[in-house]
Amino acid sequence: MMKLRFSLIVLILLMVTLFSCSGNEQKEEEAAKQSLNADRELEITIMTHDSFSVSKELIAKFEEKIHAKMVILKSGDAGEALNKAILSKNNPLADIFYGVDNTFLSRALKADMFVSYTPDNLADVDPGLSLDPENRLVPVDFGDVCLNYDIEWFKNSGKKPPVMLEDLIKPEYKSLCVVENPATSSPGLAFLLATISRFGESGYIDYWQKLKSNDVLITNGWKEAYWGKFTAASKGDRPIVVSYASSPAAEVFYAEKKLDKAPTDVVIENGSAFRQIEFAGILKGTKNMELAKKTMDFILSKDFQEDIPLQMFVFPANSRAELPDVFKNHAKITKEPAPMDTGSVDTKRDVWINEWTEKILQ
Amino acid sequence: MWQITRTDMKKYIHPYALAGLLPAVFFLTFYFYPLSGIFIKSFFDQGKLDFSFLENVFLSTRMIKIVWFTLWQAGLSTLLTLLFALPCSFVMSHYEFRGKKIIQTLASIPFVLPAIVVAAAFQACFGENTLFSKISSQFPLILILAAHVFYNFSVMLRIITGFWTSLQGRTKEAAIMLGADPVQVFFNISLPLLKPAIVAASILVFIFCFSSFGIILILGGPSYSTIETEIYRQAAHLFNLPVASCLSLIQIVFTFIFMWIYTRLTKKAVKFSPQSQKVNLAKPDLLWEKFMVAAVVIFIMLLCVLPMSTLVIKSLTHNGEWSLLYYEALFENSSDSIFYIPPFNAVKYSFWFAGNALLIAVVTGICAAFFIRFADDKFKNSLSSFFDPLFMLPLSTSAVTLGFGIIITLDKPPLNLRTSIFLIPIVHALVGFPFVLRTILPALRSIPQNLTDAASILGASPLQIFRYIDFPLISRSLAAGSIFAFTISLGEFGATVFAARPETPTIPIAIYRFLGQPGVMNYGQAMAVSTILMCATAVGFVLIENFRTEYSEGF
Repeated sequence: MMKLRFSLIVLILLMVTLFSCSGNEQKEEEAAKQSLNADRELEITIMTHDSFSVSKELIAKFEEKIHAKMVILKSGDAGEALNKAILSKNNPLADIFYGVDNTFLSRALKADMFVSYTPDNLADVDPGLSLDPENRLVPVDFGDVCLNYDIEWFKNSGKKPPVMLEDLIKPEYKSLCVVENPATSSPGLAFLLATISRFGESGYIDYWQKLKSNDVLITNGWKEAYWGKFTAASKGDRPIVVSYASSPAAEVFYAEKKLDKAPTDVVIENGSAFRQIEFAGILKGTKNMELAKKTMDFILSKDFQEDIPLQMFVFPANSRAELPDVFKNHAKITKEPAPMDTGSVDTKRDVWINEWTEKILQ
Repeated sequence: MWQITRTDMKKYIHPYALAGLLPAVFFLTFYFYPLSGIFIKSFFDQGKLDFSFLENVFLSTRMIKIVWFTLWQAGLSTLLTLLFALPCSFVMSHYEFRGKKIIQTLASIPFVLPAIVVAAAFQACFGENTLFSKISSQFPLILILAAHVFYNFSVMLRIITGFWTSLQGRTKEAAIMLGADPVQVFFNISLPLLKPAIVAASILVFIFCFSSFGIILILGGPSYSTIETEIYRQAAHLFNLPVASCLSLIQIVFTFIFMWIYTRLTKKAVKFSPQSQKVNLAKPDLLWEKFMVAAVVIFIMLLCVLPMSTLVIKSLTHNGEWSLLYYEALFENSSDSIFYIPPFNAVKYSFWFAGNALLIAVVTGICAAFFIRFADDKFKNSLSSFFDPLFMLPLSTSAVTLGFGIIITLDKPPLNLRTSIFLIPIVHALVGFPFVLRTILPALRSIPQNLTDAASILGASPLQIFRYIDFPLISRSLAAGSIFAFTISLGEFGATVFAARPETPTIPIAIYRFLGQPGVMNYGQAMAVSTILMCATAVGFVLIENFRTEYSEGF
C-alpha cells in the first residue's frame, strides 16, 4: 500500500512538473518570440481554412526575406472561415485571407472587405481563372471536383467505369455511388453545380430524383464519404465517390509503398467536373499594406505555387509553376470544366441548395 | 470563545455568497457577453429590427420537424443509456472485483473520441461491410442511438455509481436487520436516495444528446438534422445569421426550461449522512452475484472496449500483418508541412490545455455549487432555481454561434482573446463546468445542515468546514465531474483549431489533419493518433482518480 501510494505521489509530481514545464516552455517560447519581435517587430497574418498547408522551409525563407513573422490562422472549413472574416471585417483578425472559392466569391466581394491589388505574377495566371476584374481577390489555386472510382472494384465486377453523369442513373450503376450533401460540404456543392450546369436549372432536380431512386448514398462531408463508404479507401461498398481529380495523386503519394499506378481514377470529361478556384486577397484594415502586398506577390510566386500541389493537392494558378512528378503522372485536369456563370452561382446558390434539400433529402 | 449562530451570520457577507461572484464573472465575460453580441448583430443589423426571418423558422415544417426530432432522439437516447447504465451501476457500487477500476476507466474513454473515429470503429465492429452499410443507409437512427449510448454510458455509470457507493452502509443494513428483502431495500431506500443522482445524470445526458452535433452529422447522414446541425448549416454555409441565432435561442430556452423543471423536481432531495470512508464492498460470493458481475463486465467490454480495440488493431496492422509502420510514420514530416504535428508535442499540448480547462472548470464549479447551496438555504430556492439552470446553458449552446460571438466581442484589449491560446482552455472549461457542477451539487446538497452547523458552532471557519467536511464528502463526485471536464477538453476540436497555432497542436487536430487527404498512410496514421488519444485519456483518468484518493483518503 505504501509503495503504491509512493508511486502515486511520484506520478502526480511528474504531472505537475509536466504542466509547469509546458508552462515554462510556453513562457520561454513567448520570450523567444518577443526577442524575435524585437528584431523583426512585424507580423503578417494569413487567415484561411482547415485544409491549408505550406512547407516549413518556404515560410522560413520568406520570413527571413521580409523580416517579419508569418502567422497562419485556420478558422474552420471554407464557409466558416469566410464568415468569420466577414464578421470581423471592422477589426480584422488578419492581413490576408486565403481560400475564398468561386462558389463563395460574390459573398466575399459583397462584404466589401478586400483591397484591390495586382500581384506581380498575375500575368502568368490563366486569365480564365480570374473572376474579379478589380483584382480584390486573385486566383491562387484550383482543382476539379469530379467522380472518382475504384479501378480494382470495376475490374473484378466486370462492369465498365462510368464516363459521364448520365451513367449514374443507369440500372447497372445502382447502389454504387456516394456523394456529399451540398449544404454542408464544398465538394458536394461543386458536384451539385456540375449537375445544374449539365442538366439545366429545370432538369437537375429530375436527374437527382433518378439518382436517388438509383440508390445514391448521401453523406454530410467528404471524410465520411471517402473514409467511410468508398471501396478503395474503406470497408464501404461504394466504388464511386465525389472527390477531387487530384485525389489519385494523393493516393499514390500517401501510399505505404511506391505505386506505379493509382488505385483510383477519375471521370472528368463530358462536363462532369466542376472547377473550384480558390482566391486570396488583402483584407481592408491591414496594419501593414506594404508587407501584405509583398505576401500576395509571394503567394503567386513560382516558389509558393510549386509548393501547393503536394501540400494541398490542388493545382497552382500560376501556369509557370512546375508540377511535381506524382501530379504529372496521376493527377488530371479536365479540358472543359462544367460551365457556370459565377454571377448566377451567387444569386441562386442558396435557392438551389434549399430546393435540393427539400426535394431530395425529404 | 465565540459562537456564530445563524442569525449572526446574516450580518456578514458569507464567503459562499462571494464564491458565486467567480462563476458569475466568468460566465458574463466568456458566455453572455459574446452571445449577446452575436444576437444583437444578427437581429439588429443596420440599426433596424427585422423579424421577417421568423417566418422561416416558426412556419417551416422542416424546422418544426427538426425541433421535434432533436427532442425525441435525445429523450430516447437518455432512456436507453439509463436502461443500460443502472444495472451496471448496481454491480459496480455493490461489489468489489478484480479489474473493476480498469473496466470503469475503459468505459469512460469513448467520450473523448471524435465522431468520425467512432464511425470508423463501429464500421469495423459490425465486421461484414454489407451489414454496416445496410444499417447506415437504411436505419441510421440505430447508429445515432448506439453512438449516444456509447458516448454517454460512462457519464451515467460514473455519476450513479459514485453516489450509490456512498449510500452503502447503515441505512441499508438497518433495513435488512428489520427484515426488508433486497427488492424492498432497492425500491424503498436506495431508489429514493439515488433519485437526485439519476436525475442529474439523465439531465446531463439529455442535454448532451439534445445538442448532439458530430454524431448526427456523420452517422445520421443528411436526412437527420438536430437544431445544432441546422445552426451549423445556417451559420457556416448559408450565412443566415438571424435564423442561426434564432435557433440558438430556441436551444437555450429549451435547455433553460428542462433545467428549471429539473431543479423543481429535485428541490426536496433526501438528506442523509453520506460516508466518505473507504467503503468495504463485498466480493461476489453467491453464484448469482458472480453471474451478475460477469454479465456487467461482458456488457461493458462489448459496448465500449470492442469498438475501441478495433481502432487499435487497425492502427497496428497493415496488409493483414502486425506492424508499427503507422506509428513510425508519425515521426516523419513526409511533406515538410508547417502544420506537421510531432506526436509528443500533440500529447503535451493536449494535456496542457486539458489540465488548465480542468482547473478552471473545477474552481468555478466548486464556487458555483457552494453558492447555489448557500442560495438554497438563504432564499428558499427562488434564486438557486434561477442560477442552477443558467449555469447549464453552455452545454447546449451551439459552438458556431458562440465562436462567432467571441470574434465580434472579445476583440479589444483587455479582452483581446480572439486568437489567444488561452481562449482554448477557457472555452473548454465553459463546457466542462456544467459537468463539474452537476456531479457535485447532489452530493453537496445531501450533506445535512446540522453537520456544518455543528462544526461552525465548535469554531470551525468556513474554510475549515470546506476542507474537512464538505470537500472530503464531495470528492468522489468531484472526481467524476473532473474526469468529464478533462475528457471534453482532450477531445474537443472546433475551438482548438481556431486558436491553436502550428506550434501548439493537440491530438484531435492531428487526427483531422490526417483524415483531410486521401491515401492509405493518412488513414493508418489517423488510427494511430486515435489510439494515442485513447491512451492519453486513460493516463489522465488514472492521474485524476489517484489525486482524489491521495487527497481525501483517511477522512
